Amino acid sequence: MSVMQFKNRGNKPTKAGFGEGLLEAGKANKKVVAIGADITASVGVDLFSSAFPGRFISLGIAEQNCMGVSAGLALMGKIPVFATYGVFSALRTTDQIRVSLCYNNLHVIIGGAHAGVSVGPDGATHQALEDIAVMRVMPNMTVLSPCDATQTRLAVIAAIEQCKGPVYLRFGREAMPDFTSPDMGFEAGKAQLFHEGSDVAIIATGHMTWEAMQAAIELQKEGINARVINIHTIKPLDESAVITAARECGAIVTAEEHQVAGGLGSAVSEVVSGNYPVPIEFIGMKDSFGESGPPLELMKKFGLTSENILKSCFAALQRKI
Amino acid sequence: MAFSLINGIPGLSQKARAIRKSVVMSLAESGSGHLGGSMSSADILTTLYFSVMQHDPCNPSWPGRDRFILSIGHIAPVFYATLAEAGYFPKEELLNLRKLGSRLQGHPGRDHGLPGLELSAGSLGQGLSVAVGMAIAAGMDNMGNRFYCLCGDGELQEGSVWEAAMAAAHHNLNNLVLIIDRNGLQIDGNTEKVMALEPLKKKWEAFGWDTLECDGHDFRSLISAFQKTGIEQSRPSVIIAKTVMGKGIRSIEGDYRWHGKAPTKEQAEEFISELEI
Ligand SMILES: [Mg+2]
Repeated sequence: MSVMQFKNRGNKPTKAGFGEGLLEAGKANKKVVAIGADITASVGVDLFSSAFPGRFISLGIAEQNCMGVSAGLALMGKIPVFATYGVFSALRTTDQIRVSLCYNNLHVIIGGAHAGVSVGPDGATHQALEDIAVMRVMPNMTVLSPCDATQTRLAVIAAIEQCKGPVYLRFGREAMPDFTSPDMGFEAGKAQLFHEGSDVAIIATGHMTWEAMQAAIELQKEGINARVINIHTIKPLDESAVITAARECGAIVTAEEHQVAGGLGSAVSEVVSGNYPVPIEFIGMKDSFGESGPPLELMKKFGLTSENILKSCFAALQRKI
Repeated sequence: MAFSLINGIPGLSQKARAIRKSVVMSLAESGSGHLGGSMSSADILTTLYFSVMQHDPCNPSWPGRDRFILSIGHIAPVFYATLAEAGYFPKEELLNLRKLGSRLQGHPGRDHGLPGLELSAGSLGQGLSVAVGMAIAAGMDNMGNRFYCLCGDGELQEGSVWEAAMAAAHHNLNNLVLIIDRNGLQIDGNTEKVMALEPLKKKWEAFGWDTLECDGHDFRSLISAFQKTGIEQSRPSVIIAKTVMGKGIRSIEGDYRWHGKAPTKEQAEEFISELEI
């Protein structure tokens, strides 16, 4: 697979992919129901709710209750999808997720919208930057973080039809490059090789995968072949892809629109340090909140661009033995 | 097929006495656990499992069964004793309460495979939301099951209970019944001193629930309250059952210090002989 196969077909928010995938899954499976916590249009659930009003449950701004109701629906054989901003769906309801969902191991899909600083002007309170960390330590939980709108559509369908138990699916607000092909499919738990290379490996998730691809193109101009691995499933992590990357590339850069602490970077380093230790550089939020501003400028301010990845690749290469 | 329910009051009293004895024995064996609330809820659970709910201990996953959701997970001892008394598993297993590898976890855990357990629970304030979700699902599919959720009174201090209360009324869940074990106590003492709940009836009425009160230790009063639920076409019902913590053992009745305590073996013998009278 080469870089040339990935062309931006135009910017599109991943939340649109979430809405389309939910609608599609709802058409195919009558057990799918959706929960609304007031901001349905803002998280892409309005497509489903207008197509299937009888399978949409409005519960208002009461996320803890939404999570418990989802558990009850699942116990009765429904497949509930509850999406709201990730700061609420993952963090305000953490205890409900832990006990009612995870301890009972119920198949509920939690949508975490507004992931990352690319949320923009709404500012820090609405930018989910800790959700991966908290969701990935929950027993029984699957954590998905697709890289563009097309992949997000596939991810919802996979979450509903392929995954078991509780699933947390993270997606963003801003229109970002939509570049993957729907033919690529979506196999939960499987990393995707987006660019061949064995000088350094960039392991990225969400919006940062596109940035990683841009960095790989730039690196190629300098004669450096970077391997780009897209991690759409943070848990369970494709350990063998990570270990192989460590062994064959000898240096790794992780990239995520999330706190480095507890996020993809932590997950990768847990695997690498335990199996094949190599230098790792981390791109992500460094123990800080986001703020208001235009999405792309925020990405720049917090060091979440292809340029930052490029620099980290050089740093990682320098540390290579 | 549902199993046959008990009609007469003497039969129910006998079951409740047996359940209370099992609670004391299992707690004395485990050495820890919650006696007070187990005793105050014993008659409520007896009424539900032997007089109200359609269920089948020989077929715990019968789809037509009514569901009991225990939200107040720490009174697991009386819940387990009731399930065993109804025949979901052998009564001897009650002596495994809280032991390593047991199906009888300190707070109910479904992953251990206990028959008749619908929900793992133990973090207060979550059960009513789950029961609301179940009741909504049954309504969507026009199923006739009824859903019974038991909360403690102190538990009502959790804000999430009131989110669920709003949702149940909004969605007209007349297949849902919440029972509140109103023993007036919680770990730190009197509920009205820790965080006042009164006027409790008015709160539930204001939230749109058909609100009933009963004597939680009088089977006639309990049965009559349950018979009045579900009559309102479009409203959920709540039964505020007035109870006494530690009920049945005179020396500990109304003593909040027995909320989370287990009796010693000697105390257990004393308590059991008192229950036998
Ligand atoms: Mg109490």
